[in-house]
Amino acid sequence: MTTILDPTSETQPITRQRVARPASIEGLTVGLLDISKPRGNVFLDRLEELLVERGLEVKRYKKPTFTKPAPADLRYQISQECNLVIEALAD
Amino acid sequence: MSGAPLPNGIVAIVKRDCPTCELVVPVLAQLAESAVGLTVFTQDDPSFPPGIEAVDDTGLDVSYTHDIETVPTLLKVSDGAEVGRLEGWSRPDWEAFTGVSGLGVELPEWRPGCGSLSVDPDRVDALRVRFEGGVLRSRRLQLAALEDEMEALFERGWSDGLPLVPPTEARVLRMLEGTTRAPDEVVAVVPPILVETTVEKIAVNAVMAGCRPEYLPVVLAAVEAACTDTFNIHGLLCTTYFSGPVLVVNGPIARRIGMNAGHNVLGQGNRANLTIGRALQLVIRNVGGGRPGRDGIDRSAFGSPSKLSFCFAEDEANSPWKPLSVEAGFDPDVDTVTLFAGHGPSAVVDQLSRSPEDLVKTFATRIAGSFDPFFARRLDNMMFVVGPEHARVFHGGGWDKMRVRQEINSAVFAASSRGVPDAAWNSPAIVFAGGDAGMFSAMIEGWVSGPMGSQMICHEIRG
Repeated sequence: MTTILDPTSETQPITRQRVARPASIEGLTVGLLDISKPRGNVFLDRLEELLVERGLEVKRYKKPTFTKPAPADLRYQISQECNLVIEALAD
Repeated sequence: MSGAPLPNGIVAIVKRDCPTCELVVPVLAQLAESAVGLTVFTQDDPSFPPGIEAVDDTGLDVSYTHDIETVPTLLKVSDGAEVGRLEGWSRPDWEAFTGVSGLGVELPEWRPGCGSLSVDPDRVDALRVRFEGGVLRSRRLQLAALEDEMEALFERGWSDGLPLVPPTEARVLRMLEGTTRAPDEVVAVVPPILVETTVEKIAVNAVMAGCRPEYLPVVLAAVEAACTDTFNIHGLLCTTYFSGPVLVVNGPIARRIGMNAGHNVLGQGNRANLTIGRALQLVIRNVGGGRPGRDGIDRSAFGSPSKLSFCFAEDEANSPWKPLSVEAGFDPDVDTVTLFAGHGPSAVVDQLSRSPEDLVKTFATRIAGSFDPFFARRLDNMMFVVGPEHARVFHGGGWDKMRVRQEINSAVFAASSRGVPDAAWNSPAIVFAGGDAGMFSAMIEGWVSGPMGSQMICHEIRG
């Protein structure tokens, strides 16, 4: 992983804007991101069943810990493999 | 950078992989027995020197933070502060330094030391990040391991269209070695968003542009000069016209950093010429937010290839004339960068004239094609880069730069009812550069000049 320094005046947030919501989710690949909070997987398992019933492709991901932002590698992987991502918060 | 704590007394810094350190092991043993209070720090092998309990400095904390360049080095420490330093082995010096006589009587009298691991070229970048990375204030961005670094920089919109060098902490710290100015020193307020920029931010962009550290003072001076009301980079950026900043470097720094002033002077192939001008443009783009296109404030209808980097040096070593900077009022040994709002170049061809009187007509005719003497009163939006073969004709006839300039003005304004204006150093500017074969010069046309536009500025380069 490479760390670089921001060459701008830092008046804009680092995080890039989300893509626009699609009009339909038909035919898309959906990522389900478990943030590693207890029982988040229960919610995501049910979502996966519902999405697969509708014929969507589902990929599962998990953050190493809920206390920190998702690692850059994981964010990049999701952005390359999915059209949408659903992140589950649970307790 | 504050140094790691040192014990009082005599401190020796050594490494096993140094024949001089091996040589002085018996001397270190003598000093350990003496009353000087010896502490040995070892850089590579904590079991070295044999028989002496050494402090492990394999992390190089002590060596780096106390600027150790050679091993062995002896430090004299009092109240935790260094009060004396000795490098390599020399019996008389060691005896005088420690106050202990009879040191290493079987050893040769003198041996030079070896390089300290803390200045090893393969390690120094990582050490600099570890010990000095804290001075960098810029926001850190992490790129994913699978993300292509070059593509990532394009995607974030920082590029002028060419690949950028990723500005890692190590590269930016190395760049900052090129200046004596503090990283957090404010250099200029950069348009169009009028934000303060620091030495560090300019160093980040200079890394991306491909600059070497020794170019940084030129880039800093160029940013300072560009962001003045005199030069008016804001207006130059916004205009629908072709021009961009043209940079001419004068003084000893031009040769020292390897700038091109000879063959292909306005072309490709020289790193300093190509990256210094580019760094200025990247600062305007990334710090100032000045971007071309639909969502940007750069509204140039055509632009010009010279908006990537238009930067060169005057060939002072071969010039028969005073340098541009001297005409502008600086001493010959002062480094300067001159900024001019221009574009091009276009060719001035005359392979036949053998007298200054004939040759200057070609220059004046060349101006007439793009300049309306009834509209503008001065030629201060014009620069000529006079090649050696044309300069030979002018100089051979006894004409200096000012004479050339006056004669150009006389010819251009001959038909003007308002007479011929006085010629100043910048109307037109004349620079000696180019390859030594070819009876050509280059004309660099400019944008709106004077207080209503952009005025040529010659600016001192500080360290």
